[in-house]
Amino acid sequence: MKHAFSVKIGPVGFRIGSDWRAPIERLAELYSGYPMPDDDVADFTVRLFAARFWRRFIRPAVTIGGDFVLPDAAPLPLAQALLAAEMGMNLQMALGQRRYLLLHAAAVERDGRALLITGVSGAGKSTMAALLSLRGWRLMGDEFALLDPATGLVHAFPRLVSLKNAAIGVVERAAPAHRFGPLMANTPKGDIRHLVPDAAAVAAMAVPARPALILFPSFGYAPVRRALAHSETFVRLTQASTNYVALGERGFTALTGLVKSVPSVAIDYPDTDSAISQVETVWAAL
Amino acid sequence: MAGAIFRSARVETLRIDWLDDFTILYHRASGITHLLNAPAPEILATLGEAGMTVSALADALALEFDLPDLETDALLARLNELATAGLVSTT
Repeated sequence: MKHAFSVKIGPVGFRIGSDWRAPIERLAELYSGYPMPDDDVADFTVRLFAARFWRRFIRPAVTIGGDFVLPDAAPLPLAQALLAAEMGMNLQMALGQRRYLLLHAAAVERDGRALLITGVSGAGKSTMAALLSLRGWRLMGDEFALLDPATGLVHAFPRLVSLKNAAIGVVERAAPAHRFGPLMANTPKGDIRHLVPDAAAVAAMAVPARPALILFPSFGYAPVRRALAHSETFVRLTQASTNYVALGERGFTALTGLVKSVPSVAIDYPDTDSAISQVETVWAAL
Repeated sequence: MAGAIFRSARVETLRIDWLDDFTILYHRASGITHLLNAPAPEILATLGEAGMTVSALADALALEFDLPDLETDALLARLNELATAGLVSTT
């Protein structure tokens, strides 16, 4: 394509091609601290393109393409091309990743042990991962935790942290301004602003960690904690994995192994201070 | 259906684990994961690959698992559920 950018995030190489220069320049700027894919060979390709030639210029609309696509995905305005790139990259991982069991979870690491934070959209995964990364935890990712069926270790996937709506203000108050991408207002996912992971997270992104705790947060309730049974955790994580079925027996082995070896706790929290405090309490009691 | 023989899926197609009170079963033939609770695991174990009729199954379950009050109709309903899931076949 006319404009292109390659990046390695954790163990995964991406090549993003675009009909427009601006999104590529913005990606290159935000991912400037990241390495290139090994031997410059990408695992996945994302294409940001104009479905009709004139859509490059007149009310430009970004269609998301790549090795794996959703046929009925609506194009986004050019001002939201960064979101289009993120959605395209997520889609390649969700539909194409076969080496790791993909868990829709944020992950942070301390002392070589990983905390996985999973839950539905809006549960606070990205917010908690971002805030914990500003308090001494290593950010491993805010979207996908990559569980290696062979070792039981979690590999990092520290892409740009995707903050939505109220989470943007919460993290803006905690992180320096230069770490943020542009605010994209009124996207199909609400307001979006990306946080660039810190240099230490990028430098250590090839270092996996042993899972030590699985957290299921729910936002908007009085603080409550409860331990989850293995069976409930298993069912929830099959639902939180985009490729459990595709991995077949390897996925079964990986997930039963994880669930049996790592405690799971559900926490309800009314605000982020409560969430962080509960995380620290549960972690300290491990 | 009274004389039909019900058989468990072949053992080499099953990968079995246990979580809490559940038997978790990966069926290699279909790629589907099943979470089973009583009496489904007991039914599969008792049927075996040789299989048996529903009345023989009721007798065997009563004997082996101390489940004396299993009604044939209820047992047949469970067998049909397991057949729909692909874990039991019948002739």
